[in-house]
Amino acid sequence: MNASHTAHHDDLGHHGHAPTGIMRWITTTNHKDIGTMYLWFSFIMFLVGGAMSLVIRAELMQPGIQYVSPEFYNQMLTLHALIMVFGAIMPAFVGFANWMLPLMLGAPDMAFARMNNWSFWLLPPAAILLTGSLFVPGGAAGTGWTLYPPLSVQMGIGMDMAIFAVHILGMSSIMGSINIITTILNLRTPGMTLMKMPMFAWTWLVTAFLLIASMPILAGAVTMLLTDRHFGTSFFAAAGGGDPVLFQHIFWFFGHPEVYIIALPAFGVVSHVIPAFSRKPLFGYVSMVYAIAAIGLISFFVWAHHMYVTGIPLTGQLYFMYATLLIAVPTGVKVFNWVTTMWRGALSFETPMLFALGFLFLFTIGGLTGLVLAITAVDIQLQDTYYVVAHFHYVMVAGALFSAYAGLYYWLPKWTGHMYNESLGKLHFWLSIVFFNVAFFPQHFLGLAGMPRRIPDYAQQFTDFNMVSGIGAFGFGFSQLLVLVVVFQAMKGGAKAAAKPWDGATGLEWTVPSPAPHHTFEDPPPFDQATAHG
Amino acid sequence: MSQVLTPAGTLTKAANRRLALRLLVVIAGSLLFVAVQPGLYKAFCDWTGIYDIDRADQLAHSPLAGRAVRLEFDANSFDNGLRFRPELATLSAKTGNVVHVTYRVENTRDTVVIGQAVPSYSPQHAGGYVKKLDCFCFKQQTFAPHEVRELPVVFVLDPQLPADVTTVTLSYTFFEVPEGSVQGRSVNSKSAP
Repeated sequence: MNASHTAHHDDLGHHGHAPTGIMRWITTTNHKDIGTMYLWFSFIMFLVGGAMSLVIRAELMQPGIQYVSPEFYNQMLTLHALIMVFGAIMPAFVGFANWMLPLMLGAPDMAFARMNNWSFWLLPPAAILLTGSLFVPGGAAGTGWTLYPPLSVQMGIGMDMAIFAVHILGMSSIMGSINIITTILNLRTPGMTLMKMPMFAWTWLVTAFLLIASMPILAGAVTMLLTDRHFGTSFFAAAGGGDPVLFQHIFWFFGHPEVYIIALPAFGVVSHVIPAFSRKPLFGYVSMVYAIAAIGLISFFVWAHHMYVTGIPLTGQLYFMYATLLIAVPTGVKVFNWVTTMWRGALSFETPMLFALGFLFLFTIGGLTGLVLAITAVDIQLQDTYYVVAHFHYVMVAGALFSAYAGLYYWLPKWTGHMYNESLGKLHFWLSIVFFNVAFFPQHFLGLAGMPRRIPDYAQQFTDFNMVSGIGAFGFGFSQLLVLVVVFQAMKGGAKAAAKPWDGATGLEWTVPSPAPHHTFEDPPPFDQATAHG
Repeated sequence: MSQVLTPAGTLTKAANRRLALRLLVVIAGSLLFVAVQPGLYKAFCDWTGIYDIDRADQLAHSPLAGRAVRLEFDANSFDNGLRFRPELATLSAKTGNVVHVTYRVENTRDTVVIGQAVPSYSPQHAGGYVKKLDCFCFKQQTFAPHEVRELPVVFVLDPQLPADVTTVTLSYTFFEVPEGSVQGRSVNSKSAP
């Protein structure tokens, strides 16, 4: 295999000058290399953002101010959110897309390989801007990730750095999306029609469209913020006739699709893992596709459910409430289909399946609390409380992150050529799911009892639940280091992985050897209709 | 629109470029969309009347905004060496608005004069509607020999001023306070012997 790989490599004249060492990674246009870099980058950012969340939880262990000043606390929670959303979760799924989409579609590489390199290398400067802003006078942005004016118009240079970081990250996402859409639409192997595509490709197709439609809107909003700050405009500055509420409208017009930008690829990964370990094809492929499209479309028409307390008229509140509840229908279809895929399947519970099931269970809880929050009358009571924090951590961590772990364990043998340590993987899953719930379930109670979010201090009756939540957060944080051990072990050695290590898995990615050679599908592979989804 | 990949990949390259250009149009449309938002937002708010960012101006036409009242200022002093007159004789002010006026006092004597101004109003019942925030009449004033001083009065005409009152005259008379009398004695004498 190695010999044929080398022979193949020599056939390609344009790769003869391939650089080695660090330059290999800086100049690479190979989708697998870039995918690997995306995944490592997102994991490093995940650890950085996670460390920040531990600062937050340490401060909240007891009422009063213990370790950090309120200003620094605000900066921690802002950077935690920005880094986790833009630096960890989004690049992680772009990494999966880079690695797996060409392999799933039978394409030799991404459509625009050079641009692919650039969209990755824009990320580190953005990460440096974000984390570096902690060390400038006035510190980092302390507005929360929503960057609401008037506070965001008033803060120091750290705010400008956050704005530029958002610009750069937006550019990276847009270029990545153009690449993904073009790859999916133009580079599928002959015979693979759109409705025979793997589900992960479908979720990324819709996600990429959401990205190119919504990222420019965020870029526009923060640009207006920048001109309000430095060039005397008054888009949002009330003193000059602007309206801070306008920012909220624009931000959430981006922000709500952003939620599905994170969630949809997670749905895609789970739609591969659950059928593979149920040894059944995905139930309701066509309805899954329509559900993804419907979720993507409706996500643009529900933004003001984040803004019930800004004084929007009753008609508006009712519309946004009903429209938000409507999203539960396609999401419910998806959950139903996953559960039905498992129905009477020959289930086995390897680590990817455990994480997929953890996702399914906890994401549904997060979706349910989302429905509670969609009700205007309830939301007015719960706005900006810990109930909201609990809700979105159930969908972001137990949803997106658990799905990413499912994907990581599922495809790790394909990437490294070795099976990972199953016991360690299972230990990682059980520690994660237990500590996750210890950390975030009590936050529902805190929120219902009225504890506000984004405040470093709290009334004494909240102490016990905060202490429990803090213990859970530290447990969860440190158990994530197990992933490093698992991945390093699998990179170094272990049992040789077969081309298709999971007997129930389907798709073109399992037709190439493990580890996947540097160049795959130079010629479009034959598409076996029987192994196709649907 | 599944596509055959030619060995050279040239066909696909052109198709890829075409698709990328179309996607750039979507991105440009999205940027345009956000660029017109501030204008659209304002137009929408004006059209529906929600989030009326000009609402403060409408107070000018509300019943609370007040009506114009003519104010006249008058100053008197008895034979105490103080030359006392208002800076302005008349003024038109709206009820509910804060009015600032100044009086000018000159001590024409070679000795220190201590005085206390006492207000009176015309018509008399308008007095209760002149809400003073600051007045030189609140306390005794001590004037050095030949001192010239400007003394402020800040007040608001209560919007509930009876409608038949269209002119309010504010008059002050400076009385000399005998040497040795203590500020506020008359008030204290009631509570403490």
